[in-house]
Amino acid sequence: MRNLGQQPAQSLRGFFIFLEEVRRSPLTVTFLAIFTGLFLGGIIAALSSEPMYEAFRLSVGEGLKAGAQAAWNTYRALFLGAFGDPVKISAAFASGDWLQINRALSPFFESLVQATPYIFAGLAVAFGFRVGLFNIGAEGQIFVGALAAVWAGVFIKGLPALVHAPLAFLIGGLGGALWGFVPGWLKAKTGAHEVIITIMMNYVAFRLSEYLLTGYLRDPNKTTPISAPIETTAWIPRLFPDPNRFHWGFFIALGIAYLVYLLLFKTTWGFELRTVGANPHAAHYAGMNIVRSTVITMSLSGMLAGFAGANEVLGVNRNLGVAFSSGYGFDSIALALLGNSHPLGVVLAALLFGFLRNGAIQMQLTAGIPIDIISIIQAMILAFIAAPAIIRTLYRLKPPKEVELTVRSEGETA
Amino acid sequence: MGVILELHGITKRFPGVLANDHIDLDLREGEIHALLGENGAGKTTLMNILYGLYKPDEGEIYVNGKKAEIHSPRDAIAHGIGMVHQHFMLVPVFTVVDNVMLGDEYVRGGGFLDRRRAANRILEISKQYNLQVDPFAYIKDLPVGAQQRVEIIKLLFREANILILDEPTAVLTPQEVDELFKIMKSLVAGGKSIIFITHKLREVLEFSDRITVIRNGRVVGTTTPQEADQSKLASMMVGRQIEFAIEKKPAEPKEVVLEVRNLKVLDARQLVAVNGVSFEVHAGEVLGIAGVQGNGQTELVRALTGMQHPVEGEIRIFGKVMTHASPREFFEMGAAHIPEDRQRDGLVLTYPVKDNFILNTFYKPPYARGIVLQQPAIAAHAEELVRRFDIRTPSIFTELSALSGGNQQKVIVAREFSRPLKLLIAAQPTRGLDVGSIEYIHHRLLEKRDEGCAVLLISTELDEILQLSDRIAVMYRGRIVATVNAAETTKEELGLYMAGMQPETLSLAQVVER
Repeated sequence: MRNLGQQPAQSLRGFFIFLEEVRRSPLTVTFLAIFTGLFLGGIIAALSSEPMYEAFRLSVGEGLKAGAQAAWNTYRALFLGAFGDPVKISAAFASGDWLQINRALSPFFESLVQATPYIFAGLAVAFGFRVGLFNIGAEGQIFVGALAAVWAGVFIKGLPALVHAPLAFLIGGLGGALWGFVPGWLKAKTGAHEVIITIMMNYVAFRLSEYLLTGYLRDPNKTTPISAPIETTAWIPRLFPDPNRFHWGFFIALGIAYLVYLLLFKTTWGFELRTVGANPHAAHYAGMNIVRSTVITMSLSGMLAGFAGANEVLGVNRNLGVAFSSGYGFDSIALALLGNSHPLGVVLAALLFGFLRNGAIQMQLTAGIPIDIISIIQAMILAFIAAPAIIRTLYRLKPPKEVELTVRSEGETA
Repeated sequence: MGVILELHGITKRFPGVLANDHIDLDLREGEIHALLGENGAGKTTLMNILYGLYKPDEGEIYVNGKKAEIHSPRDAIAHGIGMVHQHFMLVPVFTVVDNVMLGDEYVRGGGFLDRRRAANRILEISKQYNLQVDPFAYIKDLPVGAQQRVEIIKLLFREANILILDEPTAVLTPQEVDELFKIMKSLVAGGKSIIFITHKLREVLEFSDRITVIRNGRVVGTTTPQEADQSKLASMMVGRQIEFAIEKKPAEPKEVVLEVRNLKVLDARQLVAVNGVSFEVHAGEVLGIAGVQGNGQTELVRALTGMQHPVEGEIRIFGKVMTHASPREFFEMGAAHIPEDRQRDGLVLTYPVKDNFILNTFYKPPYARGIVLQQPAIAAHAEELVRRFDIRTPSIFTELSALSGGNQQKVIVAREFSRPLKLLIAAQPTRGLDVGSIEYIHHRLLEKRDEGCAVLLISTELDEILQLSDRIAVMYRGRIVATVNAAETTKEELGLYMAGMQPETLSLAQVVER
């Protein structure tokens, strides 16, 4: 900062200070990581396109052009898949026909549908992180949550929708909570590490769902192992007609994210839980109950993941098949990291993942570009988040604040 | 005596801080040169530059009159400069020989370690400089003083002529300190030169040839023990007058507050650490627990604060049995605890200052209404404590890790003293702090005593124990070997108890001596 003082113009100095702050902010790293991941993804898309190699045979310039074209096509298809086609949307609005508008906007809403389970599962993992617990079992908790919700949806009959749907949703959450409680309780009582236990509980959950779906929960009228459709009273209602699948679950997820935020940062319970996560020794010193915090946190974390499962069953599928989750629980670990374990960060990261996932599905369908490109992009973004030193070196960012502060306290007089 | 090492205009900037500001320093051959300064004055930064761990922004280093480029500890060793760090760099499960040769191994044909030859070399060194140590002992079995000797042998093994000792006396008993100074004398007699970093005035005056005082990254002056005295050095260090003798009114002990009977506590390895300890602390008195670190004080404090339950015995506060109470129940009884390891137990470094003030009261009004935290009340409380306890922080929202060690400790003291207190348990309350902060905390402790609070002070610093306590109990191997009246004892007597001597054997030994 010393040499900044020599800048002649005051406004220029202000600008440099602003630049300094941006360069030091941890958010900058997040955004640059996303940007870099997308950029490298474009290069990979180019490298995996046949026409580029053909074009290189003609000339280097043609080759580069073809590569850029391939990357452009990929991202164009991704964007159209995730948000919809702006041309179609404006045309639909111009026509004023509700059905057309609904159809044109449905890719955007479908992305929100994809983001919803990510929000729940991301909150589950982030909540654990805040208390210093690694819940790797979100995937299993999603399965158990879905099983419990589908049970409530199929076998409880004759309730009004206003009661049945919330009840089924809650029962799904309780199923997840049970799956989180077990590792929490084992850790508190025996010291068993929650990472190991939650991973193992995942396998139990997978096999349990297969067992139940081939037996107790199976729809007798079907040849495949799949549950009967849930009662319509248990549906989380959709807002628009088909093909738009957007349902109230998205708003429930936002509401629960806000509740998690309030719990963590505005209440004494959250203060205690966060202290246990930030420094368990100090928490013990201050008279906080670490055993209780561990059990409660793992149960609540499991409940949030269970909501993700219930949401999928009650809002999207309306029944339950084998292997329905396709990795929401595992992605959510990365997602919580990307969102800095903060509810708002989790919501934003879940939206990013939702848009990428839905865009990729549409991209594969319409442009024939393999969906795996998106997995690579996601993986690279997360690798850059996890290894911020790469991003800092790449963009000449200032080192993290902590290092300077320790040095400062050493060089400071008391 | 020629000048063996010269530092010229050494300057080191960290963002926002000038840690070393044009420091000049010269070391003569065969002298003990004390580098004196508060924590954070820039002593360690300067020595890390000399040892090649930091690169200076400006300035030059001359060894034996020739300009030296020191970019790494390897370069420093090549120039004959060696350093004993405050925290020893030894592998506990290796023997002395292996530790000494580590990085500079003696090898015989076929790539095998030549331990025999290395051990002979170590024995030679230890004979020459009076550094007694068994080359084949394991480090983990050696007392701290012997481990320190191994560190010194490591430097001599590498032919170092300039030895830097960073706070070498912090971990030693008074007897071990005397032993260390004997070794330092024989080292300089053998032609070595020593830079001795400390903030303890008494040692500087007794054992050094010259003294350089550093404050705020600048050299305040260089003097000799003959020209200086404690108060002159202290005011050079701090920049203002320091009171040494604390004015202490005679204690007025009243009712028993804390009563401990036959207490037995295990350590982390399930070994008996506190073995049948009994004592009581009255309102309005300070009971000091003296002893070399690791004689059960840590476990005793953990049991007396509810952090760990004793396996036998009884703890009562105002007659109420608290043997198996939780830390919160102790707080609720009006007890306060200044923990030994402040960064581990006492603070959450990643929290803002304001949240650290409510660590053990967050659930009570006015900081919470129901389960909702009341941020305005928390902030107001923090503002008040920062002002009342003169805590130097940019704001109450600053992350605690950004504060200096002294100010971090003040945060704990402020938090614990802000409640109505009946019993104060202070473990190593001034460890690692500078003169100014120590003076401040001592005054506050005595203030609490005079208000009628019972104070249990656990410290390994004999000076501190003697200055503050009304009665002193000495712990050795989990037992209290002696309890004496502070006014009637001496440092020497306490030192002997700390080494395990019983009062009875002590009087016997004195009789025999006469």
